Amino acid sequence: MQWETVIGLEVHSQLSTRTKIFSGASTAFGAAPNTQACAVDIALPGVLPVLNRGAVERAIRFGLAIGARLNRNNVFDRKNYFYPDLPKGYQISQLALPIVEAGELTVQLGEGDKAVEKTIRITRAHLEEDAGKSLHEDFHGEDGRPLSGIDLNRAGTPLLEIVSEPDMRSAKEAVAYARALHTLVTWIGICDGNMQEGSFRVDANVSVRPKGQAEYGTRREIKNLNSFKFLEQAINYEVRWQIEQIEDGHRIVQATVLFDPDSGETRMMRSKEDAHDYRYFPDPDLLPVKLDEDWIEQVRAGLPELPRQKQARYVSELGLSAYDASVLTSSKWSADYFEAMLAPAGVGQAKACANWVTGGLAAFLNQMDYGPDLCPVTPQQAAGVVKRVADGTINGKIAKEIFDALWKGEGADADGIIEARGLKQVSDSGAIVAIIDEVMAANTKSVEEFRSGKEKAFNALVGQVMKASKGKANPAQVNELLRARLTA
Amino acid sequence: MTDTIVSLSVLLATGQASSVELCQDYLGRIAQLNPLLNAFVTVNTDQTLLDAAAADARRAAGDIGPLTGVPIAHKDIFCAEGWLTTCGSKMLSNFVSPYDAHVIGQFKAAGMPCLGKTNMDEFAMGSSNETSYFGPVKNPWDTRRVPGGSSGGSAAAVAGRLCPGATGTDTGGSIRQPAALTGITGLKPTYGVVSRYGMIAFASSLDQAGPMAQTAEDCAWLLNVMAGHDPRDSTSLERDKEDYACDLASPLAGLKVGLPREFFGAGLTGDTARAVEAAVAQLQKLGARIVDIGLPNSKLSVAAYYVLAPAEASSNLSRFDGVRYGYRTPEYGDLAEMYEKTRAEGFGPEVKRRIMIGAYVLSHGYYDAYYLQAQKLRRLIAQDFVEAFKECDVILGPTAPTTAFKLGEKTADPVQMYLSDIYTIAVNLAGLPGMSLPCGFDAQGLPIGMQLIGNYFAEARMLNVAHQYQLATDWHTRAPLLEV
Amino acid sequence: MPLSLQDVQRIAHLARIRVDEAEAAGYQTQLNGIFGLIEEMQAVDTRGILPMSHAQDLSQRLRADVVSESDRRAAFQAVAPQVENGLYLVPKVIE
Repeated sequence: MQWETVIGLEVHSQLSTRTKIFSGASTAFGAAPNTQACAVDIALPGVLPVLNRGAVERAIRFGLAIGARLNRNNVFDRKNYFYPDLPKGYQISQLALPIVEAGELTVQLGEGDKAVEKTIRITRAHLEEDAGKSLHEDFHGEDGRPLSGIDLNRAGTPLLEIVSEPDMRSAKEAVAYARALHTLVTWIGICDGNMQEGSFRVDANVSVRPKGQAEYGTRREIKNLNSFKFLEQAINYEVRWQIEQIEDGHRIVQATVLFDPDSGETRMMRSKEDAHDYRYFPDPDLLPVKLDEDWIEQVRAGLPELPRQKQARYVSELGLSAYDASVLTSSKWSADYFEAMLAPAGVGQAKACANWVTGGLAAFLNQMDYGPDLCPVTPQQAAGVVKRVADGTINGKIAKEIFDALWKGEGADADGIIEARGLKQVSDSGAIVAIIDEVMAANTKSVEEFRSGKEKAFNALVGQVMKASKGKANPAQVNELLRARLTA
Repeated sequence: MTDTIVSLSVLLATGQASSVELCQDYLGRIAQLNPLLNAFVTVNTDQTLLDAAAADARRAAGDIGPLTGVPIAHKDIFCAEGWLTTCGSKMLSNFVSPYDAHVIGQFKAAGMPCLGKTNMDEFAMGSSNETSYFGPVKNPWDTRRVPGGSSGGSAAAVAGRLCPGATGTDTGGSIRQPAALTGITGLKPTYGVVSRYGMIAFASSLDQAGPMAQTAEDCAWLLNVMAGHDPRDSTSLERDKEDYACDLASPLAGLKVGLPREFFGAGLTGDTARAVEAAVAQLQKLGARIVDIGLPNSKLSVAAYYVLAPAEASSNLSRFDGVRYGYRTPEYGDLAEMYEKTRAEGFGPEVKRRIMIGAYVLSHGYYDAYYLQAQKLRRLIAQDFVEAFKECDVILGPTAPTTAFKLGEKTADPVQMYLSDIYTIAVNLAGLPGMSLPCGFDAQGLPIGMQLIGNYFAEARMLNVAHQYQLATDWHTRAPLLEV
Repeated sequence: MPLSLQDVQRIAHLARIRVDEAEAAGYQTQLNGIFGLIEEMQAVDTRGILPMSHAQDLSQRLRADVVSESDRRAAFQAVAPQVENGLYLVPKVIE
């Protein structure tokens, strides 16, 4: 039988506020346990929540960025369940009236000529508070039984839970959507996107059905995937498992599962047995949140140009290929870098700048352990190199050398390095002809081969000329003058 | 020790007494009478006298408010830093609060020493003060009887003159009903007037703190201290500071008093009916006009309340899990057992009943039929008052259907107990201000209270009516004879 | 609709309150008495009535995103049943 996979994602995106969603405690990562858990966060008797404006503003920003409906009147509900990292015994979330509803995100599947676009519908995005953390290592009671330690620093951190429709049909599509969403939330500055620290966590609802069947199969939810790699592995495992179960005559039972990266398998979560009865009701401690039009317009005015808008503009205005445009807009950082280069380099150098950002720079960054924020070559420095290629001062090969020098901090700018190292391109035809003559004299065999019709020998001679000029000869001139000498 | 708060403030202002002297007197009376009444859960003589000395120092330095140095007792539902704060429960029997409730902070800022924490029904769930883990409170008028609840400790302490005034909280009548049963004056303000920050939550959308004292005038002064916006409570109202004592002296001529037909029907015992009717006549004598009004949906208030309040409570009380503070069962294996035994042992039967009702009405398949339906009834009940206040300035009726009943009389039947609040609950559902003040005694010498209900933010007007009534009557000055 | 013993055990479990069999019967009687009181509201036609969650028809105030709380771990954990290295300890959590 042919099976079709159906995937919907729920993404928990931690909002980049300074303080918790309902208290004035700091959200800074990495503090000593429970030192950033205030009276409200640890749910002392009598404490009350007050909503953080910064969290609401970020949710509005997201809603505008995905063309969603913003609920002018949205409501916080209590989701009731017992867990030691949930101090109140309920999580404040939004069920019936979330702040954001009915948006969409278009993602690109495949690359180059085979690239196609697909629009994933986003059902809703709602504000909620994060729970604390249970640490399972190294605690034992006096009787030796194992204990868990509870750290509530994370409790109350604002989350935007972004729920998609079950619009994805493969792990690859799910990853493409998750990546696009990750790009967007970091792009609009509502989330730092740090997946190791848990700032962007993905739950995948996965089901399978016979191809052509209209109804969905029973889904299982894979919780808390914190890398794109695990997302892909977990879905692929889960799909295989579900198909095997059905083909073996078993029924899929709705369940919540965890992915174990070591074994590459998913397993049921024991703590979710009450998941069917959260007894949601409107939180009486919080009033309905009203969004006024002025505020929404103010947030809209502050939104940056979005990835897809930028991508289209790069193609239409700068003449870049669709591929370059999509790579450049895959993160806010690379688009910003590109545009900061373009300003001094000039629009005419768009392709050259794009090549550096998507090629050399990306390669450099990949070798490094640090993030792009610490990139040692500024866009202005990079633009300086590109400009010197454009005006014929240096050729492409020397450009790479200069980028390398800038990367290592061996000079402040391109011109300085060119000057100090004498890398200026030789465009004096007299000087080039002199080198050509020397090379022809020393390589008579190649000269003869060329003259007897072997075009390949020409390239060998060009290489020798470039080598003899220490790479500085203008390659176009070398080509032209060498051919002239050989055929003279 | 029959002084009102106003008269004590005069003694302090004129130098006839110091705060330390007043506190010593009251602490002496507490030491003498609390074994009989069980009105206080915690007394901390050293701390009280430190507070008093600080108040006297402030007075000497000229840094005073109108009530600086006047002592007060606080219901044990308010978190007070350094004080045991039990909420009447075994669950919090070891909980020394690390922070102050907003209300506590307001009284500290006013320089009013704390005489102690008063007993209460466990988590404010009860109408007789018999659900307290620390034992029942006795009514000073007859120690075989209950003082009402849940603010029964505060009511008994004021009635027994163990303190000149006290704080209470009122979710379905918990200030007004015990005030009525002990012959004192108590006010539940408009929802949102007093911050709930640091007041241990029972039913968040209904809970409201208020003053309990001998007179309406004292209540006005205490409310001046308690009321005001607090940014830590999202439901705290942003209003200009109001002087609740400013209208006390206004004459009542032209006042329109609404009498709800539904409150004067069957179920009201003869003595209570007669006393309330006499109070109506007294107000007419003072210039009030009587208006017949209807509150047709108020009969549904008990049903709606016993869905909504337990629903909110079941969630509010989930934080008591033995992890971060409070009681933890001594014997447990795994986490599930720790939770279930901690909560089974830490909560008393009434609290567990209400948590279970709340869990049920919110659970899958029952939400619409119970919780949502009750919320709709709540709106109908509130709309009745909107209509009624088009016809009148205040509404008058009985506070409680009976005078103080005997200890143990209603404990076996929760439903009978719940009906004690039949006249008070609608006010909480609507979020309106309500108060109870003494208006007579029954044949057994037990006090009878009448209830005034005002429109939103009409506290000053209600206090004016109550004060004018108290100028013309002396029920509020009667005190029980309590000698050991 | 009277509650069965099973209902009592189900809600006691949801509320994490241990109720043994003998207690369950008592709760069943009491809770059914209370539901008797509550049931009268089912007769009311509330079509078209908006549910009322709050006493006042107001909207949520928003707090500025500014840190206002400092570390009070020592004071908070002074009243905790079991702590070690700044963590609250509980029997091992199984996910």
